[in-house]
Amino acid sequence: MVSKTKSKKSTKFSSAVRRAVGSYQKDKDMLIQILLDLQSMFGWLPQEVLAEVSEQLEVPITQVYQIASYYKAFSLMPRGRHIVRVCMGTACQVRGSPQLLNIISAMLDLKPYETSRDMRFTLETVNCLGCCAMGPVVVVDDAYHSKPATPALKKIFGSAK
Amino acid sequence: MSSKRLSSAKELEELRKEILAKRDPAKPVITICTGTACQTYGSLKIYQEFADEIKKQGLEGSAVEARPTGCHGFCEQGPVVVIFPQEICYVRVKLEDVPEIVSRTLARGEVIERLLYEDPVTGERIAKDPEIPFYKNQMRLVFGNNRHINPRDIDDYIALGGYAALSRALFQMTPEQVLEEIKRSNLRGRGGGGFPTGIKWETTRNAPGEPKYVVVNCDEGDPGAYMDRSIMEGNPNGVLEGLIIGAYAIGSHEGFIYVRQEYPIAYENTIQAIRQAEECGFLGKNILGSGFDFEVKVHRGAGAFVSGESTALMSAIEGKVGEPKLKYIHTAVSGINGRPSCLNNVETWANVPLIINKGADWFNSTGTDGSKGTKIFSLVGKVNNTGLVEVPMGMTLRQLIYDIGGGIPKGKKFKAVQTGGPSGGVIPEQHLDTPIDFDELTKLGSMMGSGGTVVMDEDTCMVDTARYFISFCCEESCGKCIPCREGLRMLREILTDICEGKGQEGDIEAIEDIAEVMQDASLCALGTTAANPALSTLRYFRDEYEAHIKEKRCPAKACKVLTSYYIDPEKCTACRICFRNCPTEAIHGDKNIVHWIEQEKCIKCNTCFEVCPPRFSAVRKISGEPLPPPPAPGIEVIREKKR
Repeated sequence: MVSKTKSKKSTKFSSAVRRAVGSYQKDKDMLIQILLDLQSMFGWLPQEVLAEVSEQLEVPITQVYQIASYYKAFSLMPRGRHIVRVCMGTACQVRGSPQLLNIISAMLDLKPYETSRDMRFTLETVNCLGCCAMGPVVVVDDAYHSKPATPALKKIFGSAK
Repeated sequence: MSSKRLSSAKELEELRKEILAKRDPAKPVITICTGTACQTYGSLKIYQEFADEIKKQGLEGSAVEARPTGCHGFCEQGPVVVIFPQEICYVRVKLEDVPEIVSRTLARGEVIERLLYEDPVTGERIAKDPEIPFYKNQMRLVFGNNRHINPRDIDDYIALGGYAALSRALFQMTPEQVLEEIKRSNLRGRGGGGFPTGIKWETTRNAPGEPKYVVVNCDEGDPGAYMDRSIMEGNPNGVLEGLIIGAYAIGSHEGFIYVRQEYPIAYENTIQAIRQAEECGFLGKNILGSGFDFEVKVHRGAGAFVSGESTALMSAIEGKVGEPKLKYIHTAVSGINGRPSCLNNVETWANVPLIINKGADWFNSTGTDGSKGTKIFSLVGKVNNTGLVEVPMGMTLRQLIYDIGGGIPKGKKFKAVQTGGPSGGVIPEQHLDTPIDFDELTKLGSMMGSGGTVVMDEDTCMVDTARYFISFCCEESCGKCIPCREGLRMLREILTDICEGKGQEGDIEAIEDIAEVMQDASLCALGTTAANPALSTLRYFRDEYEAHIKEKRCPAKACKVLTSYYIDPEKCTACRICFRNCPTEAIHGDKNIVHWIEQEKCIKCNTCFEVCPPRFSAVRKISGEPLPPPPAPGIEVIREKKR
């Protein structure tokens, strides 16, 4: 039974990986681009995906793992349903992003790069999103919020189920 | 868009005429900024509303046009809308303003007073965007086209004379002449290094080995800098044209554009521009019938600051980990897959078509002795007019911050301006009259870098600023070489201790020692320059370090551990605002009862200080002196009776 579900899951992964690898014509130089596509598809990179990529693209698993663990865009852990990213770029920093992070961290009871037990939220920081005029900025599921006050944050998090 | 692939210079000119013939210069065009900042303020919806409203009011077709554009630069006032040909600029436009703008301004040419920019000094409303002080003092050679162009439509670029420089290079100049023109223009790399572009091109051209590559570096990692993003998003064809001209001069037939993963719109617009340029015959085989072939691939970064370093970026293009390599041989000679590879940043490539069109002499007429042309800066932080500004090299910092930036908000005092990102440094008040160029800022212990300009006021702690940059580099260091990896960790530890009141005698000297080793022994520019923020803050603000270490006091009252918040019972009117906004319920009190802060629960988020109405100013920040005890419970507020 256990092996059956496992094989079913890995088929799911292998077809997704086949599509991703195929869209770059199995070009080994495109490893990072392939992993980026898979990351946005699954929200993280499960071990099975890395193994599939290694097999199908014919690159050593060590190299796949090296890339996946080096770049910040990849996550080797499952992430929450809602991603909360606080910009820590210099402009936001000067305008009070450490305080904003503090507030959000206290409200969600999470430290940066932690995911809540119920998988609802993952808190992350990011170094400059290039919208410095609006700082400090927090991005919740790709919606940008400029200088949110505590009551606004309560509303944003409350509506993210 | 023309569906036909162009096969001569003449056909390009005919297409341009055809596009222009369809466009009546007197026809009102409304451009809506859809750069990232304005999008956040809902500008995409506003664009849609304009398109719908124009239909609704029966103005569609040839009467008026609504056009979404890239970033105009005036991000502080977003969403920004400009109506041509009159150049009427409306700021902070809301969805509900749209019908009125269409019926009054577009249909009848009337100006709506309340939507105009208001000069904060004179209170005067300014109708035309070239007259707004923020724009008036700029020289927008590279960036100016953004407000005319829909980045998803190559026709807009062609209408403005786009690809004329490419045509000129291919048909009227030899590759050697193009190279000579760029060398003579004295264009220097806009990414921060300031290396002469022409010499870099020549090195790759003369290096043995085929194929040769050309690369656009759009891995703009410096926090606080976003000009490359805005060029790539707003005018991708301008960058492409520069790249193709460069490839022709160098003898390259394959190029790469490396776009930072955090910039999804830039990536999409680049892909779209490449597709359209291929269809028009500006890319691919036999470009414009000249016999020259060139194609380009786009790579997304994956979130690593150090990938912006040339050797690291090239490793990333090879699909490897983006770690820098020692540059015994320059990448211009041995780069991607060991082949000669010429890498320039976005802004540098975007300057190339201008130089080919107007000539090196024209380019040399702007700027200082050593730095020619203009530079785009992102003016951010504690400054009134945040945004992207393009000015001639040699403008002073004071002109940039006060004349264009409009000074410091809320009447606060200027403390320093940070330039050059994590490799740069801070520049204090006494050096504000320094002209900005590649060489002058370096003399002050900072650098121009890629153009990030972060203004700091009296509330910014300089030790904390140094700690911020050092921890940034600490996280972004790839860890390959020891001086950078370990030096940064040690610096971070010392600076964190100082910020937390655990600093000791000798710490400042230790910082200086570590910095020296890092400068001498690190592998790449990240390591050799990473200590600059610490060194430059020490150079100008040593007294702040000493106050932290000796008196356990943060003069800016910004370091959390050294600062406490206190509500003055004599000033508190129990208005409940701080109580409602405190995220941790650390504030106690009731209606008519003086409020107080429970220090154990307080996370020092500054919220109460910010929300307390200025007419009460009851919340105080205290650093370096003992905190007064909380008031006895239940003190009633004594209110003066209204007369």
